[in-house]
Amino acid sequence: MLFDKLINGQYRYFLLAICGLFFSASSQATLNVFACEPEWAALANVLGGEKLSIFSATTSMQDPHYIQARPSLIAKARRADLLICTGAELEAGWLPLLIRKAANTKIQPGNSGHFFAADFVSKLGVPEQLDRSHGDVHGEGNPHIHTSPKYILRVATELKKRLIQIDESNQDFYQKKFDAFEKRWLLSMQRWEQQAAVLKDVKIVAHHEYWVYLNDWTGMHLLATLEPVPGVSPGSSHLVSLKKRIANNDVKMIMHVAYVNDRAATWLSEQSGVPVVSIAATVDFQNGESLTAWFDGVIEKLVVAANK
Amino acid sequence: MPLIRFDVVVSTILFHTIMSKKMKFSLITCAVMVALCTPVAALSAAENQAEKNQPISNEADNINKQQIKSLEQRLLAVETKINSSENEVVANNNRQAVMSQQGNNIFNPAISVIFDGVYASYNNHPEDYKLPGYALGGEAELSASGFSLGHSEIIMSSNVDDKFYGQLTLAIAEHDGETEIELEEAFFETLALGNGFTLRGGRFYSGIGYLNQQHQHAWDFYDAPLIYRGLFGNQYRDDGIRLSYIAATNLFLEVGAEAFSGSKYPAGGQHDDVGSWTSFVNLGGDVGVSHSWQAGLSYWQADDISREYGGHAHGGAVETPVFKGDTNTIGLNAIYKWAPNGNYREQNFKLQFEYFKREDEGDVVLENSNPLEASSLNGKQDGWYLQAIWQFAREWRVGARYDSLSSDNRGSDVAVLNEAGLVADGHMPTRSSVMAEWKASEFSRIRLQYNYDDSYQQSDQQLFLQYTMSLGAHGAHAF
Repeated sequence: MLFDKLINGQYRYFLLAICGLFFSASSQATLNVFACEPEWAALANVLGGEKLSIFSATTSMQDPHYIQARPSLIAKARRADLLICTGAELEAGWLPLLIRKAANTKIQPGNSGHFFAADFVSKLGVPEQLDRSHGDVHGEGNPHIHTSPKYILRVATELKKRLIQIDESNQDFYQKKFDAFEKRWLLSMQRWEQQAAVLKDVKIVAHHEYWVYLNDWTGMHLLATLEPVPGVSPGSSHLVSLKKRIANNDVKMIMHVAYVNDRAATWLSEQSGVPVVSIAATVDFQNGESLTAWFDGVIEKLVVAANK
Repeated sequence: MPLIRFDVVVSTILFHTIMSKKMKFSLITCAVMVALCTPVAALSAAENQAEKNQPISNEADNINKQQIKSLEQRLLAVETKINSSENEVVANNNRQAVMSQQGNNIFNPAISVIFDGVYASYNNHPEDYKLPGYALGGEAELSASGFSLGHSEIIMSSNVDDKFYGQLTLAIAEHDGETEIELEEAFFETLALGNGFTLRGGRFYSGIGYLNQQHQHAWDFYDAPLIYRGLFGNQYRDDGIRLSYIAATNLFLEVGAEAFSGSKYPAGGQHDDVGSWTSFVNLGGDVGVSHSWQAGLSYWQADDISREYGGHAHGGAVETPVFKGDTNTIGLNAIYKWAPNGNYREQNFKLQFEYFKREDEGDVVLENSNPLEASSLNGKQDGWYLQAIWQFAREWRVGARYDSLSSDNRGSDVAVLNEAGLVADGHMPTRSSVMAEWKASEFSRIRLQYNYDDSYQQSDQQLFLQYTMSLGAHGAHAF
């Protein structure tokens, strides 16, 4: 029988070798980080480097609002030492279940392994009235905070503190990493601000209120959204009224998030002659993109469109 | 980190046992070991690879002194800004503190209300419905013709404290002209047991099968698969406890066991201690970024039960067939999901398969019959369904499902079994369904479903127009 062979025969060493991997795997001194979105995975990577083993639950091509609490994600959350998510109800449709199912005390709300980035910044777009006829509104305000470089730095400051809290023995390491990042980031921000000067007061139309923090930072003016209310697909009558509004205003571009179906944006662009600028929603962490590289790309695309 | 890891302990035990050869393993233990071991190995390799791919930025090294000086000035400026935004956060927090003083309502549990209604149309009379070989019980009956409400549900959930979570599900439904409030679920669950363990206690849907744990409003079709209708009276829930464990592996591995009172259909009767037991294993994972899967094996057992089937009048008192004896059910399920780039928002596809097999060993008694009629029963019932759902645009989903059942029930008195509805007479129940649904948002859904139903000898055509509305809190759904 195969089983006897496994224990007594030639496969015995194979079995021992497999179990040996248990020891090697568990002796890794790295912290397991579970990031809900790629931007936080990339930030953790900059701040923690080789001390962290980072997993991003989503990619830049996925809408973080509509993620399935998949078995693979539960298994990852089960092993996490630190969970970094946006919060502000962005992940309300899957994260609470994921955290409960993972049965991992470290990442439960209130514990040091539970980090919600949006808890540390003041949010825009906090609704004065909560009513679902206004769409899938977030009671805590707009959750897409990573689109502002200012907020990235703010979250980085808090994340550094949290890493030190969890992994005190590497305090100096995290502090040095953060100091270096902060300098680099401030330099980059200086560069982006210079480049983005032309974006001030530029009127745009976007699919969803995805870029509000970026708009706030660059001074761009969001005239209207393709979605009549958040989370609801653009209907034809809404698009027709948008077409009129665009004609009456000097709209420079239709900002489009790459993971969203581009039919409505393309239609409006063809009708109005305003170009669609398609931008990746966030960092392509899985393919090694950095936050800096992503922002470089975003600013460049916007500046090119604004100068046309 | 000085953590005691479960897998290390297990592998140490495994190691010692292999060396001593004293203990005999079951094949299952070995399979679990291998499942526990391999993914970890694969994971560490994959992670090492991933780390190598991370970009190492050297921009900082190239900064000259002058730049640093201007940077430091800038840093000072930004720090002042950050401090002021910290003040904003503090101000926000203060505002929230004021809000909470305004009332204790802020600690109310999350509440969702589900409205569910249907317009049903049948060729046959729905009250004639039967499933030969499967005596019906529980909530297996068809909904009335015309307009009717299904279960209107109120779901409340909240963390109790830092150790426990609690959930309550109330269903308001009409049975025989009377509006009844049914306590569907009322359970607590641990949050802080840690190491992958979760304990749940109270009334809840059992972890057997895949669909069983999903609330009716989360189903992809209006009605339950035939095998669920035949074996569980749509869904199995009871009062008891569940202990489940999620392994610390890259492959999702969940094992769980439940102990129930055994008083609910398809068990039944009084039990002084534990009346029914279940155990289940679920595996799952991803293949690439677009594909996900889950597979499960479950087992349910109840001994010395008294299962009451739906009775019917027979020229006088209502004769109720009751099964007394031991029963067990084994279930298999496999789920596959696909979404382009793993982005479920626009398009996705789901394939779902479940198989159950039940064995009953005991007697069937027709209660209230005069003289009392009874037969021994050696029953075997099994069936499966396969369904596919395709969301081709944000608002639109279509799906198809096929059901197939068979049975082999033997006993000392075939007439009694026949009276109880346990004789199939060579008829194998099948049903084909198609549906299309439109979702205006995440919170509302309108569904049209057509069934070609060969449950019993007279084929039926059924049409359902159903609405499901969800008010209030944004519930999270399981895979």
